[in-house]
Amino acid sequence: MSVKLYDERPEELLQMMHLIRAYEERAAALQAGSGVPGTCTSVGQEACAVGVIAALGADDLILTNHRSAGHLLARGADPGRLLAEVMGRRDGYCKGKSGSLHICARELGVVLTSTIVGGELGLACGVGLSQKMLHRAGVVVCFFGDGAACEGRFHESLNLAAVWGLPVLFVCENNEWQAFVHRRETTLADGVVSWAAPFGMDSATVDGNDVEAVRAVAMEALDAVRSSGKPFLLEVRTYRLRGHFEPDDQAYVDAQELARAWSCDPLPRFEARLRDCGRLDDDAIAGMKAAAKSRVEAAVAYAVDSPYPGMDELVTDVYA
Amino acid sequence: MAQITVQEAIDQALAEEMTRDPRVLLMGEGVATKRHALVEAFGGERVRNTPLAEGIIAGTAAGAAATGLRPVADLLFAPFLCYAMDELVNSAGKLRYLSGGQFSFPLVAIAMTGAGWCVGAQHNHNIEAWFVHSPGLKVVMPGCVADFKGLLKAAIRDDNPVLFFVDIGLVFAAGDVPEGEYLVPIGEAAVRRSGQDISLISYAKTVAVCEDAARTLAEQGISAEVIDLRTLKPLDEASILASVRKTGRAVIVHEASRTCGVGAEIAAIVAEKAFTALKAPVLRLSGPDAPAPASFPLEQAFVPQAAAVVDTARRLCA
Ligand SMILES: Cc1ncc(C[n+]2csc(CCOP(=O)(O)OP(=O)(O)O)c2C)c(N)n1
Ligand SMILES: [Mg+2]
Repeated sequence: MSVKLYDERPEELLQMMHLIRAYEERAAALQAGSGVPGTCTSVGQEACAVGVIAALGADDLILTNHRSAGHLLARGADPGRLLAEVMGRRDGYCKGKSGSLHICARELGVVLTSTIVGGELGLACGVGLSQKMLHRAGVVVCFFGDGAACEGRFHESLNLAAVWGLPVLFVCENNEWQAFVHRRETTLADGVVSWAAPFGMDSATVDGNDVEAVRAVAMEALDAVRSSGKPFLLEVRTYRLRGHFEPDDQAYVDAQELARAWSCDPLPRFEARLRDCGRLDDDAIAGMKAAAKSRVEAAVAYAVDSPYPGMDELVTDVYA
Repeated sequence: MAQITVQEAIDQALAEEMTRDPRVLLMGEGVATKRHALVEAFGGERVRNTPLAEGIIAGTAAGAAATGLRPVADLLFAPFLCYAMDELVNSAGKLRYLSGGQFSFPLVAIAMTGAGWCVGAQHNHNIEAWFVHSPGLKVVMPGCVADFKGLLKAAIRDDNPVLFFVDIGLVFAAGDVPEGEYLVPIGEAAVRRSGQDISLISYAKTVAVCEDAARTLAEQGISAEVIDLRTLKPLDEASILASVRKTGRAVIVHEASRTCGVGAEIAAIVAEKAFTALKAPVLRLSGPDAPAPASFPLEQAFVPQAAAVVDTARRLCA
């Protein structure tokens, strides 16, 4: 599999969002039923991943975190290898050693994934420094959550990236949740974006459930990073529609707030827009969903068939 | 005796100590969400969700401990302690000494670790020995439900910073806990099974591995003694030495990686203080010097198994 690049067609964005949704829901179902290890799903956040990644070029690099499946799939990851990794199988992107929480895929430019919240922010500065000092063209895109913005590492990273002029697009997916704690319990500011200015960094906020808006703002932000060589903070406002880590009954989530969030689900919203402007009809949408589902079923079969790694793998890859 | 899980034992210990001493408070990412009963009983002042920031959780705990409160900080998974390292090691562990004894740091930092949930090395890393190596800290890692309760209560009452490690593999384990007030003193090992031929010395989930091995060994005519260290610092040297002087042989078993692990310290103590009693070399069985993998069979293989303990013991007793 190679890096997926996107053309101007909105259908492509919708198709990818459906693939991510189908993948995440299938993974969650597997986890509820059998011994498949749990994952942090990106259900509700598909427009963030797809909108930003559809704005990237082939040379751009991505860093992500524990909630990575949307980013990986949008960048062209094979759902079979992804699920194989979640299940700890040999054909996973990291030979089964990562499991779901630290999946990176160098061939896709998804270079480093840290499940230590905030870890990816520090790493992104270093990747940005390499890009700059080795005169590489690609921008570094670092996905992180609103929770990560509470870590000191976030503030240190923004400051260093700004002072050193590193080509990093920091993308905060503000999904209102930090595991089992609501964002409003942890910060008095309404969002993360206001933290950019004190560091001398440009920033923007966008409705993260509108994939076209996300892509448009991401393109502008990437252009700004490319032309100035300086970092940029983009806050993408969205909502975590499923639990933190599957299985999760979400008993601690306010039911009304959750219902409101589901009414802003980015998938039906985008479908309605494409239907209204006559680009897609119900059959076409149903076809897209079916295609996503069958790709995911093939992925499940691939992952289940993949063997576990050999015991010798326990102590390989420790040192270079 | 009542059968409860490790989770429940921890909850009971917290509730009892919070009832007993109004200075005790609990903080961490999601503690108020997950421990609802404690919020109901003690209110949001004393059961606090925190921002997602381990450094400031531990820093606040250390500052509060020095000035009159007795915080319990739930730092979730042991690798996250890396973000809290400065506050635990440099502040809580050293500022009593560096202030010439003016301050003490009665705090407990709780963290989970160990194989069992396939979460990989950024959640599962047995780093207890790092803290054993750091001055001014105590380190506890229970292996049975009753000890989780009794040691957590003792840790909360202790006037020093205590690292309280919870083996992930034991979180849902159930067991008997004595009714009423139940304390287990910090610094005392327990003899889980007495024997004459060899000492199997362990802590956390591998105590059960040693007990399994001891049963198999008994069928083969080898009488193994099983020691559960329970506290890793201060180590109960007297119990370790008494056992090894009796049996003349020792195998130390832990999941943490081998190099500079707790087993190395025990082997050194035995060599220094019970050399003449030894009939065979002291051996260690441990996890490898590698990060813990997520993949289920690899994760299981990381942990010393009873069959390996049996083999090792048989070799030493041959
Ligand atoms: C340093 C650290 N602390 C705590 C955790 C446990 N944890 C994993 S994800 C998470 C919530 C992260 O919230 P956020 O950054 O908003 O990302 P989201 O999960 O919402 O995508 C927590 C507390 C962790 N993995 N690393
Ligand atoms: Mg969040």
